[in-house]
Amino acid sequence: MAAAPGAAEREAVDAFLASLAEPAGEMPPPRHLLLPALHALVDAIGWVSEGGLNHVCERFGIPPAEAYGVASFYALLPTEPRAPVVIHACDDIVCRMAGAHRVAAVLEEVLGPAGGTDAVTWLPSPCVGACDRAPAAFVQRSNAENATVDSLAPGLPVERLLADLAGREGTDLALPLRSGSVRIPQVEDGAQGLRLLRRIGRVDPASLDDYQAAGGYDALRRAIDLGPAGVIREVTDSRLMGRGGAAFPAGRKWSAVASAPARPHFLICNADESEPGTFKDRALMEEDPFALIEAMTIAGFATGCEKSYLYVRGEYPVATARLDHAIRECRHQGLLGANVMGAGFDFDIEIRRGGGAYICGEETALFNSIEGFRGEPRNKPPFPTDRGLFGKPTVVNNVETLVNVLDIVLEGGPAFATLGTEGSTGTKLFCVSGSVTRPGLYEVTFGTTLRQLLDLAGGVTSGRRMKAVLLGGAAGTFVTPERLDLPLTFEATREAGAALGSGVVVVFDDTVDLADILLRIAAFFRHESCGQCVPCRVGTVRQEEALERLVAGGNEAALLEEIARGMGDASICGLGHTAGLAVRSALGLGLIGNGGPR
Amino acid sequence: MSAALEANGRTVALTIDGRDVAVPEGATLLMACRAAEIATPTLCFLETLAPVNTCRVCVVEVEGSRALVPACSRPAEPGMVVSTDSERVRHSRKMVLEFLASSVDMSLAGTEIHGWMETYGANPGRYGPVAESVAQPPKVQDDLYVRDYSKCILCYKCVQACGVEAQNTFAIAVAGRGFDARISTEFDVTLPDSACVYCGNCIGVCPTGALIFKTEFDMRRQGTWDESRQSVTRTVCAYCGVGCNLDLHVQDNRIVKVTSPLDHDVTSGHLCIKGRFGWQHVQAGLDDPAGPAPAPDTAPGSSSGSPPDRRPAS
Repeated sequence: MAAAPGAAEREAVDAFLASLAEPAGEMPPPRHLLLPALHALVDAIGWVSEGGLNHVCERFGIPPAEAYGVASFYALLPTEPRAPVVIHACDDIVCRMAGAHRVAAVLEEVLGPAGGTDAVTWLPSPCVGACDRAPAAFVQRSNAENATVDSLAPGLPVERLLADLAGREGTDLALPLRSGSVRIPQVEDGAQGLRLLRRIGRVDPASLDDYQAAGGYDALRRAIDLGPAGVIREVTDSRLMGRGGAAFPAGRKWSAVASAPARPHFLICNADESEPGTFKDRALMEEDPFALIEAMTIAGFATGCEKSYLYVRGEYPVATARLDHAIRECRHQGLLGANVMGAGFDFDIEIRRGGGAYICGEETALFNSIEGFRGEPRNKPPFPTDRGLFGKPTVVNNVETLVNVLDIVLEGGPAFATLGTEGSTGTKLFCVSGSVTRPGLYEVTFGTTLRQLLDLAGGVTSGRRMKAVLLGGAAGTFVTPERLDLPLTFEATREAGAALGSGVVVVFDDTVDLADILLRIAAFFRHESCGQCVPCRVGTVRQEEALERLVAGGNEAALLEEIARGMGDASICGLGHTAGLAVRSALGLGLIGNGGPR
Repeated sequence: MSAALEANGRTVALTIDGRDVAVPEGATLLMACRAAEIATPTLCFLETLAPVNTCRVCVVEVEGSRALVPACSRPAEPGMVVSTDSERVRHSRKMVLEFLASSVDMSLAGTEIHGWMETYGANPGRYGPVAESVAQPPKVQDDLYVRDYSKCILCYKCVQACGVEAQNTFAIAVAGRGFDARISTEFDVTLPDSACVYCGNCIGVCPTGALIFKTEFDMRRQGTWDESRQSVTRTVCAYCGVGCNLDLHVQDNRIVKVTSPLDHDVTSGHLCIKGRFGWQHVQAGLDDPAGPAPAPDTAPGSSSGSPPDRRPAS
């Protein structure tokens, strides 16, 4: 029989629904508020209980089986009792090189086995986007009294986190709002000529005044002068390519949506940065939130969107809090909402928190996630510019892509296009981590070679020799030290059979067990496959199994190649298409699997 | 669907395996393949449901498309150049069939599946004896039907039939993620505790025998299920005035399950609890239909739950 909700469960859901700009009255709220409502429940009581889910379903008029299907899709929405404080300890590619196993041992010793239900527990986690400070963790914290996002701490070094835990037993772990949590060595060194990173460390991310004093909102003013068509012309002329991994021309996307007859149009900023090794968008959002908001406003103005969603990774509570604060400030100053800047157009931004699912960074899965469904990708075609969110023409842009638009509008597309190379204009953020002297976020002009980038990062950790570099994250490919003069451009990497992806550069030295890294990558894809299509759902499992046998000395290279091909050819979406790339590339380069017995 | 296609009158010309094919505008590549009599394997596809293209066994190669595309859902476009028998297509179909057969019990799947496995050279054994599978005990929770998810390929058809495409009951949905994705009620509550209304339409669309009449399940366990001894009699359901066609599957003069033809205007294969399961009165007083027919008195004690309720009507 259906479990009845308790008072705390009722209160959590009802308070959320009452807090909406348009509070739900007697009528059931729209389905797209399901994920936020489930988040509210977990923030309050720590899990999606049967009674809580039933109450959500009663308010929304959604069948419990469907809502359970949605909740059980997301790692951060447990459907079984879980401790109110959960340390999600990253054991992904970079963190495992930095001692994630030792961290796990300490956590187990202090807190007991993973996944307990006492006051504090821990769970191994895929990349939490803090590879510059590996080993890292993020803390999910819930209780009925203090259930706001800023009660969650960001990726903190686990040692400090444990000290905090030991000293104050799960009390306030939040970072102060102004602390810089991403390592950006160029900023620390006062480097000149930075573009995307130029405000970081110099402009208070909590102050709209500060932002405007530093030239903020000049770009929107200029955009309004140019008009929507003028803005799109500049973006097209800039030859800006998407920075989220797919490298699609932004201008083409914008003009497709701008000219789409169906209304309304939607803008989505894809801030579900989850590719292992990536932390660039987190830096921009935490340290320069107004820039993203201004850029989104320009994008909305140019493409005829009045409504936009900013889908932030669930593991990024500080970014979420800072963006939330910045959006409120902008609304207050007439920079968001009705009649923006008095220029006669409306535009607003709604933040959505992800639920802990890498696949939701895939744009069509993201639509389903926002709409309140399981984050399963859709078929393409139709393409998002034609039928995207709620079936309407939708622009989806990555955070870094959008922030580039500010300078494009200010200096003009052709001027922007003089930076970089023919096929890759502007600058690019690279997340450099692993065996380097100064891991962190770097901004370089396209065309900079991999060697030059690694030199900026101080080169390989002293006393070690480089074995390989992983470009593009778990969905990326390996590059060997002989290829360090590879220019970092979309075209050169494509020609080399690699890809820049989201800008991940992980360096492995000769002490790193690459087989262990590849097994983790295989486990990552198995864990993050949505399960919808057979090639990916089963293929990622078979890949992991065959890789285990290969590492144990088995002759599995041919089978792994076939599995990778099958996933790459027949899967629905990019996750399946790329799930075998890293293994395939490591085998091709002889980084694993050569010389084993049998 | 087909009526809508014919109404339009316009056609799309494309090439499949080097042959010119013309299909009505809006037709899928699968329809085009079938029109051209090109055999195309399908598992998650059913004529009466919207294509979900999750199994990927119907993938074909379309010139200019980086990945293969599912024939079942991709509309034919003018000038498309399609290959259904290229090395890539054959390889992907082989892999999909191997992936399924190495992780799911396909013993009750249609015989054509085994034919495709042969056609494409699928060898599920090569994933080793310990390849992870979805093996699990069957869920026997009532007298009407059994859910044996060790046979589930996650084709989503039961969810569609339970939801907007037929029954609008929403008792089941896909839950979990990745290899842990599964068909489930909320919190895996039993069917009697769920919203299930026992229309059995999920059984009607299941391609692999994961959803199965309790009668068939019991008879298979007892070794008495024998389709060669079965006949199918079409009749009209007598419970109400809608006029649903019923196909009574009869073995040894006893009804053993009831289906409805997919192409029937009224049902599209779907029924309600009465039409699907309410036939015990027909054979009230006859011997146990699930028991060994020739000597019902010697039927072994069922260890898999209570026998169907078949109290005599008198």
